[in-house]
Formats: sequence, structure tokens, C-alpha cells
Amino acid sequence: MKAAIVVFPGSNRERDAEAALTQAMGRKPVMVWHRDTELPDVDLVLVPGGFSYGDYLRCGAIAAHSPILREVKARADKGMAVIGVCNGFQIITEAGLLPGVLLRNASLKFVCRNVRLKVETSQSLFTSQYEQGQVLSVPVAHHDGNYFADEKTLDELESNGQVAFRYCSPDGEFGDEHNPNGSVRNIAGIFNRTKNVLGLMPHPENAIEPLQGSTDGKALFQSMVEALS
Amino acid sequence: MKARVHITLKTGVLDPQGRAIAHALGTLGFGGVNDVRQGKYIEIDLNEGDKAKAKQQVDQMCAKLLANTVIENYAIDLVD
Repeated sequence: MKAAIVVFPGSNRERDAEAALTQAMGRKPVMVWHRDTELPDVDLVLVPGGFSYGDYLRCGAIAAHSPILREVKARADKGMAVIGVCNGFQIITEAGLLPGVLLRNASLKFVCRNVRLKVETSQSLFTSQYEQGQVLSVPVAHHDGNYFADEKTLDELESNGQVAFRYCSPDGEFGDEHNPNGSVRNIAGIFNRTKNVLGLMPHPENAIEPLQGSTDGKALFQSMVEALS
Repeated sequence: MKARVHITLKTGVLDPQGRAIAHALGTLGFGGVNDVRQGKYIEIDLNEGDKAKAKQQVDQMCAKLLANTVIENYAIDLVD
């Protein structure tokens, strides 16, 4: 598998993502600067977390209209795999690769801690190495992770199996007390309709070594390598 | 010509910042505040002299970048 990471001014998790991809692939991903208009020939593009363009206007809005994102979108439309993490989720949502929007956390606070996630489906190139219903421990670190979409869009997401992860308790139960940001229906990550695009607020790239307190993020990268090699 | 753009959250979209402002107003002793919704105000200085064309331009700017129409409405005022 060949992968690229798109880097914007203000990205800050690109090295973490690089480490996670390198660990899973056995080779380094290519780093692509936002001004580049050409994307190398890769199987996967990762849009990393951070605060691209200082979160000006809306989180991810400026990055979503950068030349490189147009290219990412064009390739994604042809079936290339794209994963957006945290600010990357905000960017690809603003770019129209995924429905909905990420609003300010309901608590108004920046939330930085480990949360539990329930794997909603193992039927995707991003989640095949998990069991459906498995509960993961993965960190979140964001101020604007409150997923919102209208009821019709949410119902479509559910009926098409496009919900990838939901926030839950250690026992896999749902409830406001286990939802760190107020996301509708506890949604932490979603696929596009063809499931070649995943966006999620938590950071699987920060759960790949025992030192980080969890290695539950590893299987996500292994899933991608398995599917795209 | 100047365009004044007001961007506001659509009805039904949760506005935690607006709610925090309402709460703060209450603690400052301002009674009778039913609700607060926070939005954005953007001023754009345009070369365009024709009002209809300017309106069309700014409308596209709003739809493409300035507002996220999933959650936001926008209103445009043009002033000479």
C-alpha cells in the first residue's frame, strides 16, 4: 500500500499519522504540502488533525478549498481511499466528501482524554480487523467535534450502514455521559456512501503503542493495509 | 461597493456559544433574555459597480465558502 499525508499550515498530528502508517505499512507515507496541486500515485490519502489555517472562518473551511483538496476529492470520487482524522474530518466534511458538519462541543470546552468507541461495522476497508460491536479506547483532542446533520441525513447514514464509530461506555452502552462533545446519535465517525472515505474525530494514530495507554488504533491502520495492498 | 454579509445559524441547530452568552447575560443581571443566537458579520470591499452583478458574486462567495449551508443562513446587504 502507498499512502500520502496532506499537510496544511497548522496541521499538528501529521507525524503521529506518519508513525502509525509506517508501523502498519512497513514503509513511510509521502508528505504532501497543501500548495501542491499534484497528488502522487497512492492508494490512500490521510488528512491529519491540527488547526489548519488557525480554524479561521470555520474549522476546516479554508483547507477544504485548497488546490490539493480538490485533487483529493477528484480521486476519492474515483474510488481512492481517504481518511480524515479530527481536523481532517472537519476538512473533508467541509469539502463535501462526507455529509454533515462538526460544531463547537456542547460543553464549549476543549476535550482531551481517552474515550470509548463502539465499532459499528467491520464491513469496510477501514474496520475489517475489528469485530462489530467491539469497544475501543482511543483519545480525542478537539474543541469542535460535535457532529451534526439533519434528521433525514442521519436516517440515511444509519440505513446505509455509514456510521463507523459511536461514543459509548466501557460496556458499550450509549448515553449523554459517554458522549464527549454532544454529537447527534453519539456519532464519532462516518463513511461516505461508497465507504472509501472515513472521517472520525478520535485519534487512532495516538493509540498504537502500549506507552500511549492503548493500542486499539492499530487495527484501523492494519485494516487499510490489508485492503489496499 | 461594499457587501455586508450576516451569517446566522439555522433554526434547530444547537448554538452552545449563544447559550453561554445568554447565561452570562443572566448572571450580569440582565433579565428577560429569552434566547441568544450567535452569528458572523463579514464586510467585503468589491470592485464591482453593478449591484446585480455584485449580489450574484457575493451570493456565490457565501454558498462556496463564507457560509456552510448545512447549518447556516446568510443575508447580503450592498452599500455604495
